[in-house]
Parts: sequence; C-alpha cells; structure tokens
Amino acid sequence: MIKRFVMRFYVVLIFLFLYVPIGILVVLSFNNSRSRAVWGGFTLKWYKVLFMNKTIIHALYNTLYIAFLSALIATLIALPAAVGIVYMRKKQVKVMLAFGNIPMLNADIVTGILLMLTLSRVMNLGTTSILLAHVTFNIPYVLLSILPKLKSTNMSIYEAARDLGAGPVSAFIKVILPEIMPGVISGFFMALTMSMDDFVVTYFTKGAGIDTLSTLIYGQLKRGIKPVMYSLSTVIFLVVLIILLIVNYMPRDSKKNR
Amino acid sequence: MKKRVWLTGPYVFWIVIFTILPVIVLLWYALYDSKQGITFEHLREAVKPVHLKAFWNSILISFECTVICLLLAYPLALCIRALKLGKRSTMIMIVIAPMWMNYVLRIMSWQLILSKNGLLNSLLTILHLPNHDLGNSSAAIVIGMIYDYLPFMLLPVYNSIMSVGDDVIEAARDLGANKLTVFAKILLPLTIPGISSGIVMVFVPALTTFAISDMLGGGKVMLIGNIIEQEFISSMNWKLGAALSLVLMIVVIPGLFISPTKAEEQNTIIN
Repeated sequence: MIKRFVMRFYVVLIFLFLYVPIGILVVLSFNNSRSRAVWGGFTLKWYKVLFMNKTIIHALYNTLYIAFLSALIATLIALPAAVGIVYMRKKQVKVMLAFGNIPMLNADIVTGILLMLTLSRVMNLGTTSILLAHVTFNIPYVLLSILPKLKSTNMSIYEAARDLGAGPVSAFIKVILPEIMPGVISGFFMALTMSMDDFVVTYFTKGAGIDTLSTLIYGQLKRGIKPVMYSLSTVIFLVVLIILLIVNYMPRDSKKNR
Repeated sequence: MKKRVWLTGPYVFWIVIFTILPVIVLLWYALYDSKQGITFEHLREAVKPVHLKAFWNSILISFECTVICLLLAYPLALCIRALKLGKRSTMIMIVIAPMWMNYVLRIMSWQLILSKNGLLNSLLTILHLPNHDLGNSSAAIVIGMIYDYLPFMLLPVYNSIMSVGDDVIEAARDLGANKLTVFAKILLPLTIPGISSGIVMVFVPALTTFAISDMLGGGKVMLIGNIIEQEFISSMNWKLGAALSLVLMIVVIPGLFISPTKAEEQNTIIN
C-alpha cells in the first residue's frame, strides 16, 4: 500500500516537473495582460497576432520545407544503403556504420561547425546548406530504423520473385518494401521530428537572412519574451500531442510489445 | 549477390563529403596558417586558462545534470515497469511528449519561471517568502538541462530494465535474496549497458550546449559551448573556434563508441 502510494507520488512529481512549464505557457497564451504575473482576462488575441505575423509564418514554412525535404532525401539515400549493407560482410558493416553514425552521435555544436566550415567554402550559407546539414544528421536515424526490419526479412523471397519473372525493381517494391515499410515510415518520421526540433546545427549552417522557427525564436528572445511566443508554444505542443496520439493508437503488429 | 553492395554508393558518397571531408577542413582551419604553414598556435590558444576554466565549468555542470537525471530516471523506469502492460506505453509517451515541443521554447519556459522577475519569485512574494536568486546561475542551467535531457536518460534505462525478465527476479527472490540484494546483484548489473548509454546521451549534449547556458545563465556562466559559439558568431575568429571545436571533438569521441544506440532508443517511442 505504502509502496504504491510512494510510487504514485513520485510519478506525479515528475509529471508536474515536465508539464508545469508547458501549462504556464498555455495559460499565458490566453492572458489579456502583457505582464506575466497578472491575469488580465481571457483572450485569443495572441493567436491572431501569431497567424498575422509574417516572419513567424515564413520561418514555420522554412522549418516544414526543410524537415520534409531532408527526411525524404535521407530516406532515399538510406533505403538502398540498407539493402546494400545486408549483403555486406560483418566487418564491412561495422566500419560503414561507425562512420555513418558520427553525425548522429557527435555533439551538435561540432556537427554544426564542421558543416558550416565545409559548406561555407563552396556556397553561400542559406536554405540549401541547412538542407544538406539536416540530411547529413538524418541519414543514420533512417538507416538504423530500416536495418533491423530488413535483417528480419528473408531475402530469398526476393530471389523467388525474380525467378518467377519479376524485374529487380518491381520485385523489390512488391516483395521487400511491404515487409520493411514500418521501419521506413518510422525512420522518415523520426528524421522529420529531428529536423523540426533542431536548433544548433541550423544555427551554424543558416547564414544571414534566413530563419527556421528555432533560430527565429532564439534571436527574438534576446530582446525579451513576447506573448506571441506563448501562443506559438501552445500551437506546437497541440500539434505534437495530436501526432503522438495518432501514432500511439495506430494499429500495430503484435510483435511489438512496447 | 556481391554486386548489390553498390546500392550503398550514395550513402558512402554522402559520408565522404559531409562527414569525413569536414573533419579534414576543421583540421586545416585549426592547424594551418597561411603565414606559418602548419602551426599549433591556435591549439595552444585553445587550451589557455580562460578556456580550460570554461571547460571545467562545463564538465562540472554536465556531470551534475547527468547524475541527477540518472537518479530521477532509474526509479521512474522502475515505477513504469510496475504498471500494467497497456499503461506503460502511455506513461512513456507522457514523459516523452514535452521533448517534442520546440527545443528553444522549452528552455524559454524555464526562463519565464526562474528569472529574477519570473513566476517563481512572484509566487514567493505573494506567499511572503524571501525571493530566490536562481536566475542567471548555474543552478538554473542545470534545471534547464535536466528538463531537456531527462528523456535521453529514461529511454535507454527503461529499455534495459524492461529487458530483465520477471522470472530472473523471481528466481533470485525464491533463492532468498531480499529486495536490496536483488537490486544490487541482479537489476543493477544487468542494466549497466542502458545506464552507460544514458550517461553518454545526457553528458555529451549537456557538455556542449550553448543555448541553455545562454538563455538561463544570462551570459554570466560561460560554458565551452558559449566560448566556441562566440568565437564563430561574434568574434569571427574561426581559427581559434576550429581549434576549440577540435579539442571538444577529441573529448567527445570516446563516448561515440559507448553509445551506438541513440536512434534505436528513439525508435522505441515511435514504433
């Protein structure tokens, strides 16, 4: 009894630690007063300010554009690479992944600086350099989420499809791809979220004049917190929550128990 | 069979251009000077006392953060293990959800609470309690770091705790071990891989952050990340910045070999 109570109490404490800051942002987003400490009545005006703010909307567009494109390119590179890796010897695979995983495991600031130094020598930093940087750190996430699925797939079904007359591409698309699709999709979404949440790498590779949401807010915060950031936080958290709920309640195969 | 290896071509190309080449470029910036040729001058400047002090500060703060994260996450993982099967994934989702809100906005929320005229002080004033002085201190930075990096510790620790079968623990209990012995001799040794993976995943980003220290430390606490950021962005001293990054990379590299699992840990949430 006491043990149950202590455990509950502990979980609630952690829950409060995690959600009180977010709760405060949500409450303040409806506050009619500019001051944080005073409740000036309920209002939706900060949401109106948010959606009328061209700078924020443009940064949001950049964020989504870069996230989607970098996740897509990373998937298009990682998917064939995963197939190739399955046919490699163990030692080769190890070397391959050791180098390939560096951008994921290295400190963000070092990754950002490495790419900034390199890219700034060949191009003006901007959307393209951010995109290339995001693809770089996204590839290992996608690859590592496809590989386990591919390893548990029996590759002889591919040979069987070929023997029965399917071309290499159609055999892959019709036989292998459906087997590994959950890994491809989760890898894509992981890349998408990593890119959207990234601040540090973007900060170093963005150059002047272009901003994603993260870098825009960071820059504006130097001049103080504005109420429009509360409504922005609330909207972002709501979107995250909806996506998580959909993912969590999506039908899944019985093999996964987590 | 063999020839399908060519499918890794684009991947290998990308690694060479965007991972290996940049390291060479960094070395060139850090170690080469057009006047002197190869020089260690920038590297020597990188390890001068002011920078070493920032380095030491970073190590202390991120060590503090890592220890607290471990002490918070391990019991939490045990609590979640004790839940019914269906509730576990919901609970994990609840803990992870804040992680997906924008990184900068998450830090901002603590700035709102901890700063000098922040909400915590307003609350203390209303309660007629003395105001705290947490804003712009290393304590504020540590709190912000814990808030940001706790999931990085929880996921690997939780996964390794879940991989210890109930039967193993029951067997130990049947053979007469009390709860403390079960923890010390069964659970803890079996979860060391998860713990070490969690330590790396928290320690490395905490050691190298500059945004958290900048926003919650008010520019008063200089971490190594802040120094590097300033050399590149405000001082425009790229040579010194590169040398500092080189030192930081050498410190961080050993961790890369302990923790090859970040994506796999993340994977357990999305799947």
